[in-house]
Amino acid sequence: MSRILDHPVFGKIHERELVSFQFDEKTYQAYKDETIAAALLANGVRKLRVHEESGTPRGIYCNIGHCMECRVTVNGQANTRACLTVVEQGMIVESGKQLPNIIKRMVEQR
Amino acid sequence: MRDVIVIGAGPAGLAGAISCAANGLLVTVLDEFMKPGGRLLGQLHQEPSGEWWNGIKEAERLHQEANKLAVDIRCGISVYNLEQEGHHWHVHTNTGRLTARFVLVATGAAEYPIPVPGWTLPGVMSIGAAQVMTNVHRVQVGKKGIIIGANILAFAILNELQLAGINIDRIVLPEKTPISGKAAEPEEIMKSLLQAAHLAPSPLLRFGGRFMKHDWIRKLGLTFFPKNGVKVNGTPLQLRKAAVEIIGKDQVEGVRVADTDVNGMIIPGSETIYEADFVCIAGGLYPLAELAAVAGCPFQYVPELGGHVPCHSEIMETPLEGLFVAGNITGIESGKIAMAQGNVAGLSIAKQAGKGTGTIDQQLQQAVQNIRNVRQNAAIQFNPEIDKGRKKMKELWKEHYAKGDEKFHKIG
Repeated sequence: MSRILDHPVFGKIHERELVSFQFDEKTYQAYKDETIAAALLANGVRKLRVHEESGTPRGIYCNIGHCMECRVTVNGQANTRACLTVVEQGMIVESGKQLPNIIKRMVEQR
Repeated sequence: MRDVIVIGAGPAGLAGAISCAANGLLVTVLDEFMKPGGRLLGQLHQEPSGEWWNGIKEAERLHQEANKLAVDIRCGISVYNLEQEGHHWHVHTNTGRLTARFVLVATGAAEYPIPVPGWTLPGVMSIGAAQVMTNVHRVQVGKKGIIIGANILAFAILNELQLAGINIDRIVLPEKTPISGKAAEPEEIMKSLLQAAHLAPSPLLRFGGRFMKHDWIRKLGLTFFPKNGVKVNGTPLQLRKAAVEIIGKDQVEGVRVADTDVNGMIIPGSETIYEADFVCIAGGLYPLAELAAVAGCPFQYVPELGGHVPCHSEIMETPLEGLFVAGNITGIESGKIAMAQGNVAGLSIAKQAGKGTGTIDQQLQQAVQNIRNVRQNAAIQFNPEIDKGRKKMKELWKEHYAKGDEKFHKIG
């Protein structure tokens, strides 16, 4: 996706400082003071994680911190909301992965 | 030590903080978002006068006013619990515990989700999420979108997305299920749009509003509702189409849509797939009231106010000593109402703290009257029966909690 640099009522966005960060070991550029969710979407990334149990893909849903759908790992801190966390230079962001569900597998095999 | 902790830096919280601070109280405002303004940020519409209501500017104005009064505003802080101890409240946050005698809970609203098969796919978002991404973060949410759900909020944000050059292909209803409820009933949608006919987004609805007061005419209107919908700012509103499934592998690729009869029931064999790379779900708003609940505040279900709301008086007190509420947590209305309520809550707190001049009672009375005036002049009304809802809460308060009443029971 691209950015909305000009707007008929809000006007133009002026030059902003750029920072770089990593998402799943790939480097992306973001504007200073923008959220991880906005920066990734601007870079064309919608998928932020997979569901821990089912492995199905997830992205932002509410974008204001209510739903927890955009949870990612930021500098080692798990379950951080991408929509409320501002990108910082050198930040390491990782998507959520599918986790083993040993008990469910045991139940299924009975 | 601080006197007041305000939770939420939106229109209600900031206005409340300002009127507390103007009366000499020390105030700290907490908010999860990275900048103050709450959901004022992103609001953009043209008033009947032709003037633009720019929420970002309103937020800046309130922020500056609060700064002038030395209000301590802390952003990026999440509150997860409220505890009463003696005459004080402990506010638990992700960065530690804060304490004050008074707490104003101004947490606003959240969106009702409408679970449609496929709604967990990346690219599906609430309509409010699209608003924030577009107007606050200035990032395009996609190239071509479909809105599921037709209500006032959806039309307001449709307009904002179009202003930013985002293409919305169509608005359809969700499939009728026990969860989607009224949002999937073409007649209910028609009725709610007609109640707001003076601001209806389509000339047809504006025109129709005068004639469609009777049920049978409305039914007739739906029977002959154009299959391709009526245009709302150029986007077709299709009341006789329902989203059956959002499809895509790793992200949204389209929506499977079926034709429906006048009751919203799917006509077999009528399914079509419309391509899209994003979908907005518009389920409407409900008061975000968990913090008042964990504090132990009694609640009442008032559908006209948007759902379960903490019991509160006209001057924004709750039955719990030192705990106040303002804004959408008390009922779904506009940002202007939230500001007017915040002002009332602030004056109310100042009065209880023994602050303010001799005219504080008069100021409070005027501020309460101001809420009514703002409501009467509102261009957008989320619930046409809002007055009824407010009246219900007023009577409930009088019956159960008004001072000096023997029936008062402290809960929590």
